[in-house]
Amino acid sequence: MAQIAFPPPDPTILARRDQILAGLAAILPADALIADLAGRRAFETDALTAYRRLPLAVVLPRTVDEVAAIMRFCRDAAVNVVARGAGTSLSGGAIPQEDAIVLGLSKMNRILEINLADRFARVEAGVTNLAISEAVSADGFFYAPDPSSQLACTIGGNVGMNSGGAHCLKYGVTVNNLLGVRLVTLDGDILELGGAEPDAAGLDWLGLVCGSEGQLGIVVEATVKLIRAAEGARPVLFGFDSCADASRCVAAIIGAGIVPVAMEYLDRPAIAICEAFAHAGYPLDVEAMLIVEVEGGEAEMAAELARIAAIAKAHGMRVMRESMSAMESAQIWKGRKSAFGATGRVADYICMDGTVPTGRLPEALQRVGEICAGYGLRVANVFHAGDGNMHPLILYDVNDPVEQQKAEAAGMEVLKMSVALGGSLTGEHGVGIEKRDLMSCQFGAADLAQQKRVRAAFDPAAQLNPAKVFPLEGRGA
Amino acid sequence: MIADEVATLTPSDEAEACAMVAQARGRGETLDIVGGGSRAGLGRPPEGTRRLSSMRLEGIVFHEPAEMVLRAKAGTPLAIVEAALEAHGQMLPFEPIDGRALYGGGEPTVGGLVATNASGPRRISAGAARDSVIGLRLVNGHGEAIVTGGRVMKNVAGLDLVKLNCGALGTLGFLTEATFKLLPKPEGEATIVIRRLDDAQAIAAMTAALGSPFGVSGAAKLSPGMGREFSRTFLRIEGVAASVDHRAEKLLAALAEFGPERVLSGDDSRRLWRAVRDADFLAEPRQRALWRVGLRASRAVDFLARLGPHALAHLFDCGGGIVWLSTAPTPADAAAVRAALAPSGGHATLVRAPDALRAAIDVFQPQPPPLAALTRRVKAAFDPDGVFNRGRMYAGI
Repeated sequence: MAQIAFPPPDPTILARRDQILAGLAAILPADALIADLAGRRAFETDALTAYRRLPLAVVLPRTVDEVAAIMRFCRDAAVNVVARGAGTSLSGGAIPQEDAIVLGLSKMNRILEINLADRFARVEAGVTNLAISEAVSADGFFYAPDPSSQLACTIGGNVGMNSGGAHCLKYGVTVNNLLGVRLVTLDGDILELGGAEPDAAGLDWLGLVCGSEGQLGIVVEATVKLIRAAEGARPVLFGFDSCADASRCVAAIIGAGIVPVAMEYLDRPAIAICEAFAHAGYPLDVEAMLIVEVEGGEAEMAAELARIAAIAKAHGMRVMRESMSAMESAQIWKGRKSAFGATGRVADYICMDGTVPTGRLPEALQRVGEICAGYGLRVANVFHAGDGNMHPLILYDVNDPVEQQKAEAAGMEVLKMSVALGGSLTGEHGVGIEKRDLMSCQFGAADLAQQKRVRAAFDPAAQLNPAKVFPLEGRGA
Repeated sequence: MIADEVATLTPSDEAEACAMVAQARGRGETLDIVGGGSRAGLGRPPEGTRRLSSMRLEGIVFHEPAEMVLRAKAGTPLAIVEAALEAHGQMLPFEPIDGRALYGGGEPTVGGLVATNASGPRRISAGAARDSVIGLRLVNGHGEAIVTGGRVMKNVAGLDLVKLNCGALGTLGFLTEATFKLLPKPEGEATIVIRRLDDAQAIAAMTAALGSPFGVSGAAKLSPGMGREFSRTFLRIEGVAASVDHRAEKLLAALAEFGPERVLSGDDSRRLWRAVRDADFLAEPRQRALWRVGLRASRAVDFLARLGPHALAHLFDCGGGIVWLSTAPTPADAAAVRAALAPSGGHATLVRAPDALRAAIDVFQPQPPPLAALTRRVKAAFDPDGVFNRGRMYAGI
């Protein structure tokens, strides 16, 4: 039996289904409403595929006015609303429930404005992360946050979860690269929060909405920062004979005052999985590997790499491989970014997302190994080491309920350990349904109550993405 | 007038602060939050019946140089934090504005720079204060101690109340501790100087520099009369020495059409950016109203043209995306600033003015009604009885 609980659906909403569908049909074009069973099935889960719930209906609006009309209708009809981008959430952030409609932003996928002089792009929420960088790459610009799912995931979802990625070590996560959003509230108000102009006055609404997991309103548009790429960029691979050496090397590089663009960690199982998939030239005879990327002019990169390599040598680095071409660099990153997909070919897995202070990484990695071994489970570690954002992939068989339960229990222990070491339950995937009952490990009752009161200022009846983020009644860990 | 010795509450720890706030709330008192007083002139004039001071909440809680993170109590003087960072070759990334030049005294503290989101020229590359604050402790209007954020760089657990309180001017709670992410202090810096550009040329040069691959970390323009009789446009590059030289050379070549002349380095460069950061050149005459306007750099010239002679002096920071300007301290001039800005979009903050003017007009850009209503509700979510900094940001909130 699955461990993650769902609240029982509200029978008063279910009983009004026909009426609700008729109400939505009255305000939307026919092709923007999905009511049939087969159509709704496509929206019953996200990337946390072990869990699924069939939504009441799915709406796919094309315009901001349609979104506002849907929101007003749902407020008046007391219907729950679950926002959805591409459905790539690893924490169940877009998993619906029977008494909710899914509001999908996939048809709002236009790039509205690209302004290279003021260095921003304004896009609709359904535009994919990668599409932004692709639209400006010919001019030498890019949008920095790069989640592994960037080919599929949408900017709206990125805002909802405050997504990260490998290159966030230097450039920051979504909230640091987001300039403005257009938010439709439950009342149907269309709010412009932040914007292309620096340091918007008043309360930092943008900072509040980013990472709010669809509980404050529907993000229909985002204005994001565009950054001019450096002259060049080069990833290097370092291989180590022990995981402890590799993780101490990470802490030492950061400690020496060097902030590479990216610093990624893969252990032996992760290296094998990624190499088999991407043929990136990863060393297969090492216990752990770091991908460190530097950027700048040739001389600059050479100087910084020399400093980093010296630290790595002092920490037992045995293999070093420098990318010699753009193609090789692309292969190296392809291997890393396909880690989750490639692991899916080998086994079912759950991906944890805890963050620890970088100084505690060696200890944290050892504990992850011990916890998983204690449950008799295999684990592959592939993560953003430079900011301590761990991603243990705990492997299990989805068709074996006992093993699934073990995997989830191991995962929860790993996350509790992250918090105990001074870190966080989640660095970039969000809380969703997956981690909500652990929130009381990281926050006290007054802290959570304060967050809920702020949420209630936007959504007093908790209709937006209900039963996410905060512990269900009586289930705090 | 509030008599200082009886009216200022000075808790020595967070628990005492909670008790004092709860008691004040019970008695129906209102509290004006004060720190070192170096930014007391920002916002609308205080309306509270008593003061609540962070000055006894002092000290660095921890500094982990190897993790590039520091936590300090809210009343800690910034000078103490900066000395600790200096010893390890580190810095606060956002180059906090020092309010003393503008407001004329006091001691900048950790709580004050968080509450005002005080970000200097490096915000163009490293973000604002709110981008570097990763954790806060505060006392809300119920007298409860609230923790939000933490000490790790990436943390998306729950609603981010850190950013919400950054720049909230203490209207949501009494900050007791803040945690910052840090950056290594650059080994070197170089500043390219271009003389005698007009505003439009300066914006064009700064836009070209900021759109170049050379990592510009400061882009400002001083008008004629600010230190020299001619205008000066400045572009800063920071990093390890070899990299700074390389990029400065490339940037000089890329900007050839604008006639870049000189490169400042070391202390000369640092002094200059400190002065830009603090808007030193606009500090006098002191009776003038001072504005900080955020807008698209590409619209700054049109905005100034519409404002005409109301702008008595101005300078550009952040490539022209921030316009500091002074006007006569009258409601008519204030109305002119907001009217000139309306077609451009953006926001104008009255950073310094006599009390009477700050009480009479909106210090912060007025909000559309739905946002104003949200501001009230979020304020109530933290501070239902309006104990803290009543009217400091918006009249009646």
